[in-house]
Amino acid sequence: MIHVEGLTKYYDDICAVDHIDLDIKGGEIVGLLGPNGAGKTTTLRMLTGYFKPSAGDIRVKEHSIHDDPLAIKRLIGYLPESAPLYKGMLVYDYLEHVARIRGLDGATLGKRLQELADMCGLRGIMHKTIDTLSKGLKQRVGLAHAMMSDPEILVLDEPTSGLDPNQIVEIREIIRKIGEKKTVILSTHILTEAEATCDRIVIVNKGRIVADGSTQELTSGKDRQGRVQIGLLGAAAGEVVGRLQGIAGVSAVTPQPEEAPGVTRVQILCRPGVDARADIYAAIKATDWVLVEMNQEAQTLETIFRELTRES
Amino acid sequence: MRQALLIFNKEFKDYFTSPIAYIVIAIFLAVTGWLFFTAFFLYNQAELRRFFTLLPLLFALVMPLVTMRLFAEEINVGSYELLLTLPVTFRDIIVGKFLAAVAFAAALLLPTLSYAFFISFIGDLDWGVTIAGYLGALLMAAAYAGIGLFASSLTRNQIIACIVAMVICVFLAIVDQMLFFFPQGILDLITYASANAHFTNIAKGILDSRDLVYFLSIAFLGLYATHLVMEEK
Repeated sequence: MIHVEGLTKYYDDICAVDHIDLDIKGGEIVGLLGPNGAGKTTTLRMLTGYFKPSAGDIRVKEHSIHDDPLAIKRLIGYLPESAPLYKGMLVYDYLEHVARIRGLDGATLGKRLQELADMCGLRGIMHKTIDTLSKGLKQRVGLAHAMMSDPEILVLDEPTSGLDPNQIVEIREIIRKIGEKKTVILSTHILTEAEATCDRIVIVNKGRIVADGSTQELTSGKDRQGRVQIGLLGAAAGEVVGRLQGIAGVSAVTPQPEEAPGVTRVQILCRPGVDARADIYAAIKATDWVLVEMNQEAQTLETIFRELTRES
Repeated sequence: MRQALLIFNKEFKDYFTSPIAYIVIAIFLAVTGWLFFTAFFLYNQAELRRFFTLLPLLFALVMPLVTMRLFAEEINVGSYELLLTLPVTFRDIIVGKFLAAVAFAAALLLPTLSYAFFISFIGDLDWGVTIAGYLGALLMAAAYAGIGLFASSLTRNQIIACIVAMVICVFLAIVDQMLFFFPQGILDLITYASANAHFTNIAKGILDSRDLVYFLSIAFLGLYATHLVMEEK
């Protein structure tokens, strides 16, 4: 559906997006994740035709952004961050204006406005000036704007930023509902949001893609090192390190600061893809140490995100 | 073209949803009415020429106020992003906004037709000259609107857009009265660049293609420059 190749954007000398390659299939909900300034918004703006790429190509279906940006704009519905709508207009007038530009007319226009009003919960505010709406309501009007032509692709830039928890849930539900039939690309820096709504997560940092896959794929990645923490009674740290380092699946053992008196705590780094817990247990069983604590650090999206995007 | 008309429609309506339009129209009518009629009875001539001579400078001050928001506001609020991601071309946007500004100038001139009717009752008004004057006024408004649109596309600050446009428009309006500042060699060129001289020709009832070409080419230059700015961004 969408094919991005070598996409690059320079602002003067600063490289905001650096050779991004991305293939998005129809019907996916893709979350673009990254710290502030990672290039998420710039990428989306190029995708929607607002910015011209400095290099590289975006193809949506058979259209290229360089040859036929208008055709791509027709296929994409876009909600920029914080929904910058025309302030002075009534909600109804605004949506009608957008509908006409999107080529709707007469009866179909009226019907579509009704549908969107129901879907986005705009019934009671159609006659209000956009200026007077709360942030959440504006966001919903923006969503209606984006979905006006029932586009095949929906691009949402931080759709829930600045909303209260109830509004966030509402917007997510709407996105989920749309995502059943459409391709949705959304950017966010809220990890739980990406986990809750997206089929596929693309982590961006400093203009590059650093990870790409479903939540499961990312968290159970083959190339990740498992971390196991254990606590022992009646053992000296040096001895423990020496003994455990001998296990095949273990790559490093580091003593940890003592938290409770008498408990020696160490962190064990396993080799990628190996679960060494059984071997560790067996090695401890052979001694007279008492195992009081053992847990494997769960790989959450958060730990992965931090690992990949941390300033080094 | 349909898209351009939709943009025009929206922009033109926008003028009248905010009070600024009414304030601008009121001030324009008050100023023209006062300047025109205080002298009108002294001259004792049934013509609108004194009214038309006010227009080059007055429009140079008013049109920038009319055009300043067209792009600057959108860029500032961010709705520019929404506009550009809708299936409209730059040309549709520019033409739509330009026509809205010109239509607003027409709305500004519309009440002044009452001066013409009033004079035609008390004297013998030459309607041919009057209509030519209004046509010239619209052409001049179009030229100024082109400049104003360009200035507005340069910045997100409406006041800067307004001042830039005013400086250019006022220059064109009064340059033929500052000829002694310029060297002999380029006087012809400077006179040709004067909006006042071209407008005065038309307002006399002389429809010379040079004058029409002058205004239309200024408007076109402004719009083309706007297009370049949009592409650059």
